[in-house]
Amino acid sequence: MATRTSAGAAWGRVAYSHLDRTFAVVEYEVRKLQHDPSELLLRAVQPALWLVVFGEVLNQVHLIPTGGVSYIEFLAPGILAQSVMFIAIFYGIASIRERELGIAYKLIVSPALRISLVTGKALSASVRGLSQAIIVYLLAVGLGVHPNLSPLAILGVLIAVVLGSMLFATLSMIIASLVKTQERFLGIGQLMTMPLFFASSAIYPLSLMPAWLRPIALANPLTYLVEAARTLMIPGEVGLAPLWVDFSVLVGVTALFLVVQSRLYPRMAQ
Amino acid sequence: MEPLVAEALTRRFGRLTAVDQLTFRVHDAEIYGMLGPNGAGKTTTIKMLTTLLPPTSGTASVVGFDIARQPGKVRASIGYVPQMISADPQVTGYDNLRLFARLYQVPRAEREARIASALAFMGLTNVGDALVRTYSGGMIRRLEIAGAMLHRPKMLFMDEPTVGLDPLAREAVWSQIERLRKEQSTSIVITTHYMEEAERLCDRLAIMHRGSMVAEGSPAQLKATLPTPNATLDDVFAHYAGGEMETGGGFRETFRTRRTAIRLE
Repeated sequence: MATRTSAGAAWGRVAYSHLDRTFAVVEYEVRKLQHDPSELLLRAVQPALWLVVFGEVLNQVHLIPTGGVSYIEFLAPGILAQSVMFIAIFYGIASIRERELGIAYKLIVSPALRISLVTGKALSASVRGLSQAIIVYLLAVGLGVHPNLSPLAILGVLIAVVLGSMLFATLSMIIASLVKTQERFLGIGQLMTMPLFFASSAIYPLSLMPAWLRPIALANPLTYLVEAARTLMIPGEVGLAPLWVDFSVLVGVTALFLVVQSRLYPRMAQ
Repeated sequence: MEPLVAEALTRRFGRLTAVDQLTFRVHDAEIYGMLGPNGAGKTTTIKMLTTLLPPTSGTASVVGFDIARQPGKVRASIGYVPQMISADPQVTGYDNLRLFARLYQVPRAEREARIASALAFMGLTNVGDALVRTYSGGMIRRLEIAGAMLHRPKMLFMDEPTVGLDPLAREAVWSQIERLRKEQSTSIVITTHYMEEAERLCDRLAIMHRGSMVAEGSPAQLKATLPTPNATLDDVFAHYAGGEMETGGGFRETFRTRRTAIRLE
């Protein structure tokens, strides 16, 4: 019994040391944002345009059937998910910068497990995503949306935002590890954002899509972020699938990407 | 036990042999220099010894750990200052050190004191809370060395530690490296292509040429191997490496060296 306890304690210490390194990376990235928060404010422009211009216009014409809710109510969670994805999908540019300086070398040569470093980076990307969530909530309320304000629903949206940020930021870092240069990275980033956005249920329901697009939208992780946000945020809206499906997909894909990126990350120092 | 033993270390990139059958040892508290032009294989050697790049063949043990079989233990016991800038300009000097103190698991109780003493050791106490963006080239290098010594490594690798620095800043970095060796008995491997640096700093030198070591010894020993009286290290280099300080190093390496030099200005 005594040995089992001490083995458990040793295991706990090891797990703690890896987690502590993950949080060291998060703290460091947050300090960077503190020293230069201008990016967060600039990022508010795009969701504002989508909601205020695109959303308001389509709200008038009733082109898109959105069931019992107004188009703005349907759109708000979609734009939330979209802006989380947009901000995360270019996160890899920071890894490329770290490689071009020599910061990546110092991180990779440290005794921290690569998965700890990569998870720390992904988690810190979600700080940006959360700032987007706050902005979209405020905009939506300003436009007359009545979001579900129960603490559990809000907590659910925040968790979905963290997962979605991690998922797309890690995908972005995977691309950065593969292409290694800014020019190619930006090209691929631009190429990916619009298809991911349009082949999701962010701005129109799956039922409006042509048959060939639907399976693609169902394979698109952004759809699950949209659906989770929509179910939790808009009273009376029910997503395509139960919430547990949305969250399982987000967790599963994020975990897969983190494992892949922890394998690829050492390339940034070769 | 010697802190570094390399046996026939070899690395190929396609058909190019960047490092060819390199065998050498570094003694305790020694400053060992690898002297050679860009493209001689110095950086590739350092990358293998710091576990960033697996060797094609050959072995090495660093602080008693095998670089291929125990890379985690090697990483925990060494410090590394890459040729390129590894301090982050977007945060303060303190923030940079705090990250590495945590990644290297400096005990929480000692963390703040170690960071403060590393900053003091490198003469950076007054600028610890300033953004690294505002530092001079010499200050950036000293901050990087401070970061590499936080966990008191037995062995330190520095790739071109004074590339791009003006003579005054270079002198300051040299004297800090010497103090580090003297006060903490750290064994230090540096690469350089500056004769002056090799002469001033290194106990022993390896002259590298196209991936191979062509001569090894103390600066005085190397000079004594030449028939010419009063030979300089330049003469030694010309004799063993054909004076080809300017050859080698493709576009990429030249680009990196220059960019580091520009950024450090």
